[in-house]
Amino acid sequence: MRARRPAALLAVSLSVALGLAACGGSSSGDPGPGDSGKAELTLYNAQHEDLMQLMVNGFEKKTGISVQMRNGDDFEMANQLVQEGDKTPADVFVTENSPAMTLVASKGGFSTVDKGTLGNVPSTFVPSDHRWVGFAGRSTVLAWNTQQLKAADLPTSILDLAQPKWKGKVGFSPSGADFQAIVSAVLKQEGAAKTEAWLKGLKTNGKIYDGNSTVMKAVNSGEIQVGVIYHYYWFKDQAESGANSNHVQLKYFGHQDPGAFFSISGAGVLKASKHQQEAQEFVAYLTSPAGQKILAESAAMEYPLNPKVAPNPKLKPINELDAPTIDPSTLNGPKVVELMQQAGLL
Amino acid sequence: MSVSGQVIEALLPAGGRARRGSWRQSHPPTLVAFAVLVVLLALIPLFFVVGYTVDMGWAQLREMVWRPRVGELLVNTTRLTVGCVLASAVIGTGAAWLVERTTLPGKRLWHVLLTAPLAVPAFVNSFGWVSITPKVEGFGGALLIVTLSYYPLVYLPVTASLRGLDPALEETAQSLGLGPWRAFARVVLPQLRPALLGGGLLVGLHLLAEFGALQMLRYPTFTTAIYDQYRSTFSGPAATALAGVLVICCVILLTVELRLRGKQRYARVGRGTARALRPRPLGRLTAPSLLAVLAVVVLAIGVPMGSLVHWLVVGTSTTFPVGDLLVTGGTSVGLAAAAALLTTVLALPVAWLAVRHRSAVTTGLERSTYFGNALPGIVVALALVTVSLKFFSPVYQTVWLLVAAYAIVSLPRAMVSVKAALVQAPPLLEDVAHSLGRGPLETFRRVTVPLIAPGLGVSAALVFLAVVTELTATLLLAPIGTRTLATQFWSNSSSVAYGAAAPYAALMVLISMPATLVLTHATSRRSSAS
Repeated sequence: MRARRPAALLAVSLSVALGLAACGGSSSGDPGPGDSGKAELTLYNAQHEDLMQLMVNGFEKKTGISVQMRNGDDFEMANQLVQEGDKTPADVFVTENSPAMTLVASKGGFSTVDKGTLGNVPSTFVPSDHRWVGFAGRSTVLAWNTQQLKAADLPTSILDLAQPKWKGKVGFSPSGADFQAIVSAVLKQEGAAKTEAWLKGLKTNGKIYDGNSTVMKAVNSGEIQVGVIYHYYWFKDQAESGANSNHVQLKYFGHQDPGAFFSISGAGVLKASKHQQEAQEFVAYLTSPAGQKILAESAAMEYPLNPKVAPNPKLKPINELDAPTIDPSTLNGPKVVELMQQAGLL
Repeated sequence: MSVSGQVIEALLPAGGRARRGSWRQSHPPTLVAFAVLVVLLALIPLFFVVGYTVDMGWAQLREMVWRPRVGELLVNTTRLTVGCVLASAVIGTGAAWLVERTTLPGKRLWHVLLTAPLAVPAFVNSFGWVSITPKVEGFGGALLIVTLSYYPLVYLPVTASLRGLDPALEETAQSLGLGPWRAFARVVLPQLRPALLGGGLLVGLHLLAEFGALQMLRYPTFTTAIYDQYRSTFSGPAATALAGVLVICCVILLTVELRLRGKQRYARVGRGTARALRPRPLGRLTAPSLLAVLAVVVLAIGVPMGSLVHWLVVGTSTTFPVGDLLVTGGTSVGLAAAAALLTTVLALPVAWLAVRHRSAVTTGLERSTYFGNALPGIVVALALVTVSLKFFSPVYQTVWLLVAAYAIVSLPRAMVSVKAALVQAPPLLEDVAHSLGRGPLETFRRVTVPLIAPGLGVSAALVFLAVVTELTATLLLAPIGTRTLATQFWSNSSSVAYGAAAPYAALMVLISMPATLVLTHATSRRSSAS
């Protein structure tokens, strides 16, 4: 008798499991043209899911084209797209930072973005090859602990963080797309030799964290005095509970310092997509006033890039950021990774 | 047959034929064929790594491997793996002995509580600790936290072995003049060897592939570095080179375990009637022992649970989207249950060959199934993207491929459990059934399965627990639109909405509890059976 029970249990759970699994599978379906005549788009999304869901909802309502989202991280998805090649089921790819877009573009993965769409945002937010378009932006900032430092103690350039006086007091998150975009900016502005020296200084001085929110948390607790992050982590935490940011203020470097680098989220249409027109429509929507308004009014605290839409009034206005001007498609060549490997950061 | 074949045949001594006959007997073709298929599936990630490494060429490989960062990672990975395996062995065995062999009060409760950490994903544990104090970052903290998460993998099999062990062995040793400690070391410990080594091997493999927990603790290992590589560039030579080194670490672990295990047999047929065990009185040591067990439980479950409750209360983004929780919870349970069944079924033939038909070939087959667990999820997932699109594109991003990925990642958990059960089931009983005219299938169904049923349950439960927390393969390979508790937790916690993430983590722990209870139950039952 004792042996029967587990056998029965196994049988029951088998049927339940396969039933559930089959449900999950059938609901996915192929994104082929449906009977309704409207195509269904497949979106590979590496932006924050909650934000993108809002924008997708707006698009579906406006056009009647439905969008299925697969969520992931910038480089996980970019690597996946490269491995999939022309067999990819994706129609559109959307990231948090531009380097992952550049990776897919460099493998010939994107179609050219429609001209009309490119006109929605200033040309600084479009790579020169027009393979994708920026639709949201975030500013690099220095988060500093208000209990240990005064505003006057702060460095004037991100390059100063490599100086010995910051040893053990600075934190950053070299993995992930965020920091690499910043290094790319330093490389672009300062050249390889200076960038390498700077990275080595940071490796000596800095504490390495996983992700911007952990950096900010460490600044808040006083574990480190300053940390390099993007602005919106602070604004979002303030909205959540402030638990990780109440002892933190943000310094904007400005003066076109590489530390004032303005990183953009990109959207592009995949060349292998069988729904080119609808996919282009989606990218157009993301940059259109309607889509940008959803972004500006959401809890994401990122900057909309279409000049017709004003960002959240709590944010420092975009024209006061005084960020350096850099062609996004030149960011994060293999050189950045090589430099970071040499400095022992990767 | 060709002429030369006949000549060779004739020249061979009689023994040669007999041996050939026994090769067929000891390697039943259907079983071997099935096992080879399982191994091919399990080795897909390894092929992927080797393929890329070969493409790279020696010069570039050497440049990528021979740099200071790799040395740093090797030291980090090695000391954490060795430290955690040893610490888990000590805590696991100590706790098992206290619960099984002494007069510790409240044993049944302790047994459940000591197994419970398995229901708390390592990254949730890490998250809980980090949100209390940043002091847990670095080697010490990493060692503490991964040990607290993984020691039950040693505790469970050791408890089961202690229960199955006739106390008469120990008593005989003592009557022959050995003190209690020496009797434990010379009689009990050798009997615990398969359990200890199997558990230790699982802990070691998990550590090689552990990502979430260690990344949060700022403790870089090969696996975290491989993720960093993938997150910073295309899969690239560096990631592959690091994965190659990881494969070698895995081979070393597997070989060491095999060497230490030796060739003893542990099954007993004439069990007789074991005398009811007289627990060792703890006396003055009762209070300190209770304190020690309590400390382990508080550190391993109290801290992460406390932190989750804190976020449920404090975070303003906390909501309880009941519908979404139910759907994602249901998906997680369905996928994990399917994977648990499939993986256990896949493990059976390979484990059977390795235990019942031990040879270099079958051992090789068995060892080959462990690599999937030692490679980072991203490598496994990308390997499956490439292979499935190339050869089986209709299954790409379907449930089937996802469950196959789960099976690859969790085969070792199943393998260790099924093997342990088979080792303790005496083959003589099967021979008796054969001699009574039962065919192999019926013997298997009526004799073997009942004997190893608890082991199959343990296997399914362990796989279930692993799959509920799996993230990377799920993100890349699941049918589009699939949400599991793990992906929802990740999505919310990466948007800094800890409050919104907490309900998913809590539910993850909740649905893992039945599997944990299966484990405690399976180990308790063995005593009543013997």
